[in-house]
Amino acid sequence: MSATDSTAAVEAVFRIEFPRVVAALARACGGDLGLAEELAQDSLVDALRQWPLEGTPRNPGAWLTAVGKHKAIDRFRRDRVLASKYIEVGRSLEVGSSGVGVGDADDGSGVVVGVGGDGDGDGTFDDEIEDDRLRLIFVACHPVLSVPARVALTLRLVGGLTVPEIARAYLEPEATVAQRIGRAKKTIAQAGVPFEVPVGEDRAARLGAVLEVIYLIYNEGYSATSGEEWLRPELCAEALRLGRGLAALAPDEAEVHGLVALMEFQSSRLRARTASSGAPVLLFDQDRRSWDALHINRGEAALAQAESLASPRGPYALQAAIASCHARSFGPSETDWARLVALYTELARTVSSPVVELNRAVAISYASGPEAALPHVDMLVATGALAHYHLLFSVRADLLDRLGRFGEAAEVWSVAAGLASNEAERALLEGRAAASGARAR
Amino acid sequence: MRFLGYTLANEAETPTEPPRPELYEEMGKFVQEAISAGVIVATGGISPTSEGVKISLKNGEFSVVDGPFAEAKEIVGGWALMECRDIDEAVEWSKRFIGVLGEGEVRVRPVSGPE
Repeated sequence: MSATDSTAAVEAVFRIEFPRVVAALARACGGDLGLAEELAQDSLVDALRQWPLEGTPRNPGAWLTAVGKHKAIDRFRRDRVLASKYIEVGRSLEVGSSGVGVGDADDGSGVVVGVGGDGDGDGTFDDEIEDDRLRLIFVACHPVLSVPARVALTLRLVGGLTVPEIARAYLEPEATVAQRIGRAKKTIAQAGVPFEVPVGEDRAARLGAVLEVIYLIYNEGYSATSGEEWLRPELCAEALRLGRGLAALAPDEAEVHGLVALMEFQSSRLRARTASSGAPVLLFDQDRRSWDALHINRGEAALAQAESLASPRGPYALQAAIASCHARSFGPSETDWARLVALYTELARTVSSPVVELNRAVAISYASGPEAALPHVDMLVATGALAHYHLLFSVRADLLDRLGRFGEAAEVWSVAAGLASNEAERALLEGRAAASGARAR
Repeated sequence: MRFLGYTLANEAETPTEPPRPELYEEMGKFVQEAISAGVIVATGGISPTSEGVKISLKNGEFSVVDGPFAEAKEIVGGWALMECRDIDEAVEWSKRFIGVLGEGEVRVRPVSGPE
């Protein structure tokens, strides 16, 4: 290995390995995420000192984990109370199944780490790590945490993003994010959440929580809820990375593939969703030639995987099937709206949600005309379920426009604009209000 | 960000015997890992230039020549389209790839345009 690895190169290796290292250390520390994260960070300090001089080890993940475990033992020697809590670390080192040996240098100069063989001929280590990564995902998305805490903890520990990166993505002060993550780790510890993959009846619900977190991250990137930018593609990329990773760790779970398919399809439109001015471009106005075929192909493959594993389809696979239906047509006029109505009806049966009903109404409006859809939307308005959802009003305004009721439409567009928290979206809706107003006169 | 990584080799020096079975296994494992990490989004190999065709247009005249292209000292062998946070990560994955091969050369180029 070269002796000229730069700091940037070491940091790239560390970013790639961080989630595995944290996962392995978390199990060794009896599920203490806070300690695992600290130990992983400390091992980076050693890596930054040693790798630029000695080259990056052949199996950097094993190296970092071994250093982290050694640092844990150092701490326990200094702190007996801590030690009594974490006997597991010592045990897992004695077993030595990782093929990695750690020992003290006699002269006290620091850690000596030797990787047995080349470290990657040993499948046991890799398999164990994969299991640990899955455990880590389930713990980070544990229902004992608030949803924002799950999101932040997942991005930090499973995605490997730094606190400043998360803060930047969510337009929040770093201190707020750091505090949220710190509290989340404490909550996990206090609740005694075991470092395990749930089994039995619990599993489906817990997996649902994991998928929800990943999709929330995706959606925050796909349609930022606040701020001046309409898209934060780096969050979409992170969510997609998390989803693809989860699909590899839990290949038999249909809905994981369903979610990956959905995110792939949505990603195929990322480029088409923003004009060069930064303004949002809605589905019908998008240039479909700029939809990314690579993402669409991956979406189709993941959807086929999901459909081969489950019948009936779950909500993510159904939404992916809907996205696939759009991806296969050249434009709104060639879209199979009857099929979309059928898919939304199936989705509405699976998850009862006013947002799904709203989307179903939109599909009905293109399959059977705006007059057929308006009663569905009016019923939704009457229930008050989406009273603060700008898209309910923009759908209603659009239907009124299409029915030639421009005066009413203008008012409803304004209501929608008033409810939008994203600047770019608000501007778009105000534009529609003005346009309808002009046609009413 | 997307990056294209591709191997470069001198065709004349490329061994003709098939690679060791262990290499297949190790490479399969590596590719699986890179796909699991969400890094490799598409990958493929490229046949020898003897199976290729060279097309050029000069002064309004097309020229279509069957391979092999003897003058090509460095030819592309395999490629992978990667999605990474930055080029440093793409470089690290490329290192791991060559590490499995034992030796070789990979070039990494950012793919322009938004995703």
